[in-house]
Amino acid sequence: MTEGILRRERGIADLADEYDVIVVGAGPAGLSAATTLAEAKARTLLVDENQTPGGQIYRAVTLAQPVDRQRLGEEYWRGRIIAEDFLRSAAEYAPAASAWSIQPLQNEVGRTIGHEVGLSSNGMARLIRARQVVLATGALERPFPIPGWTLPGVMTAGAAQIALKTSTLVPSGKVVIAGTGPLLYLLAAQLIEAGATVSAVLDTTPRENWLRAFRHAPGFLVSPYLAKGLRLLGTVQRRTRVIRWVSALAAEGEGGLREVTWRTDGREHRMPADLLLLHQGVVPNVNFSNAAGCAHEWDKTQLTFRPRVDEWSASSVVGLSLAGDGTGIGGAEAAAIQGRIAGLGCASQLGLIAPAERDRSAVPLRNSLARAMRGRRFLDELYRPGKAFRVPQDSDTIVCRCEEISVGQIRASVNAGAGGPNQMKVFLRCGMGPCQGRLCGLTVTELIADERSRHPSEIGYYRLRFPIKPLKLRELAALPQTETAKVAVLADLADTHHSADLNERKPQ
Amino acid sequence: MFRRLSDHASSEVTFTFDGLPVTASAGDSVAAALLAAGVRACRTTPVSGAPRGPYCMMGVCFECLVRIDGMDNCQGCLVTVQEGMKVESQRGSPTLATEPAQ
Ligand SMILES: Cc1cc2nc3c(=O)[nH]c(=O)nc-3n(C[C@H](O)[C@@H](O)[C@H](O)COP(=O)(O)OP(=O)(O)OC[C@H]3O[C@@H](n4cnc5c(N)ncnc54)[C@H](O)[C@@H]3O)c2cc1C
Ligand code: FES
Repeated sequence: MTEGILRRERGIADLADEYDVIVVGAGPAGLSAATTLAEAKARTLLVDENQTPGGQIYRAVTLAQPVDRQRLGEEYWRGRIIAEDFLRSAAEYAPAASAWSIQPLQNEVGRTIGHEVGLSSNGMARLIRARQVVLATGALERPFPIPGWTLPGVMTAGAAQIALKTSTLVPSGKVVIAGTGPLLYLLAAQLIEAGATVSAVLDTTPRENWLRAFRHAPGFLVSPYLAKGLRLLGTVQRRTRVIRWVSALAAEGEGGLREVTWRTDGREHRMPADLLLLHQGVVPNVNFSNAAGCAHEWDKTQLTFRPRVDEWSASSVVGLSLAGDGTGIGGAEAAAIQGRIAGLGCASQLGLIAPAERDRSAVPLRNSLARAMRGRRFLDELYRPGKAFRVPQDSDTIVCRCEEISVGQIRASVNAGAGGPNQMKVFLRCGMGPCQGRLCGLTVTELIADERSRHPSEIGYYRLRFPIKPLKLRELAALPQTETAKVAVLADLADTHHSADLNERKPQ
Repeated sequence: MFRRLSDHASSEVTFTFDGLPVTASAGDSVAAALLAAGVRACRTTPVSGAPRGPYCMMGVCFECLVRIDGMDNCQGCLVTVQEGMKVESQRGSPTLATEPAQ
């Protein structure tokens, strides 16, 4: 397999100027889309920020060794098949490359005929054209704004999983895992299986969720999630203490984490900790689709914005498809199927397969998708994070980690007239740091909605601009001075980011 | 905070963090290598000077920013550590002057 990787791996200097399709993201969705497109004979390029294919769930799977199978589970191990299928295909692959912009290309009569995608890798930037683009940029862990969540020693549970998958690092010392979500017990079980000694799992799932989820139990009872969930719960409960109905969670310490505090059974508790791993579910990473101008809507079950896509995964922007957890959380299996469907849709747009063939090939995929989605609604309802964990009550809690903006400041800015996230940005610079709102966007929307007694869908989200990742001076200098390049870069300069960043981006 | 399992064979790489030598495994990200070496905080914030360390390890939070071979604002979790690499903690807001000349 290593040979396969070497054969088609490309540094960005070696990429062609134009492809039929560029797929961004090498998780199950992007890998499947790229494989499907390459099979249809589309000239396909897959770019991904990581060093190896796999995305979040199958991270580093091509480097995995038999011990990892036991530790990370069969589901992880299965990712090798998806990655190998892709590596055997004729698609080109640019690892360690970030996509930071996408701009439509128009013909003389103003029709969109493709897009130009900005890529950067290893200090170099390029603009590459494609007739179709598929964004499969996945999900990120939902913000978990509790007092002290910025202290060194507090990380996400997903971060610890990444350290385990890529560097075989296991949490050591006094470790506390806290939160909710279908992945919480998976992450806890994987870390315990790898040898972490976890002092406690603090489960923040609200009691009332069980009642709400109950209505959706039939789908869940016939889904594979039931057996899997019970097995994971069993592993975790046997090996550590699980404390339920946790509220008022906080991290404490000077200059770094020392203790975790919480309430349960009407009493306050505290526990010394070297490492606190937080997780309350995953949400679509909408930065790219938002900046590209795709229409988004509020998902009232998953409590997040998600881009609108049609039955072929096409977004509201011509020539731009979106697939996988970036369009709403459906899990890895659904992401892979969606990737295939998006691939068929694009191949048909490119004229490589006839609509009838596309439709025929999609039938079994849609059946599998329906099966893969079974039980999701139950999980969504059961693991919906409690309001106090989404809309922090304590006014000193930091919401925007980059600019260090607190709950109190945001509430005050709303009372001073900031009606939505974009006005609030002007008041406070909240969301204007290098993470570009990824770690505060949803909290800000819900916080403003709460303060104004409105629905989050009326409040909206940050309006984002390219580049969605800060570029380095030398990357900018390497770009050809085309109109789109200038627009991509200058549009963002108008929106004064972090002073540090601004310095970085100023063209010479 | 983290310890390394010894069941994956991998060669060693040596780099420096704030001038001190650190040994990592080939293929580690800079952020993972620092965590393995017991470094919790790798930067201070430009606003209050508070210490911060890697939070997401997947490129979204920008808490892992460090200076690598003289270049500021590098996301440690996305850069693979190399032999002889010079990594420094990032103090507050770096200036343009620290960007190496072209
Ligand atoms: C930290 C984390 C850990 C998870 N672990 C599990 C797990 O163990 N089991 C499970 O069932 N589910 C897990 N999930 C849920 C996850 O969303 C899966 O359902 C699945 O990985 C989704 O597949 P995907 O293809 O949609 O996206 P992903 O697998 O997330 O893949 C997206 C890829 O796009 C890349 N990318 C994003 N933006 C850019 C850009 N601008 N330029 C270049 N590349 C980019 C990312 O680096 C990533 O490799 C995890 C989620 C997270 C956030
Ligand atoms: S740790 Fe979050 S971006 Fe690197």
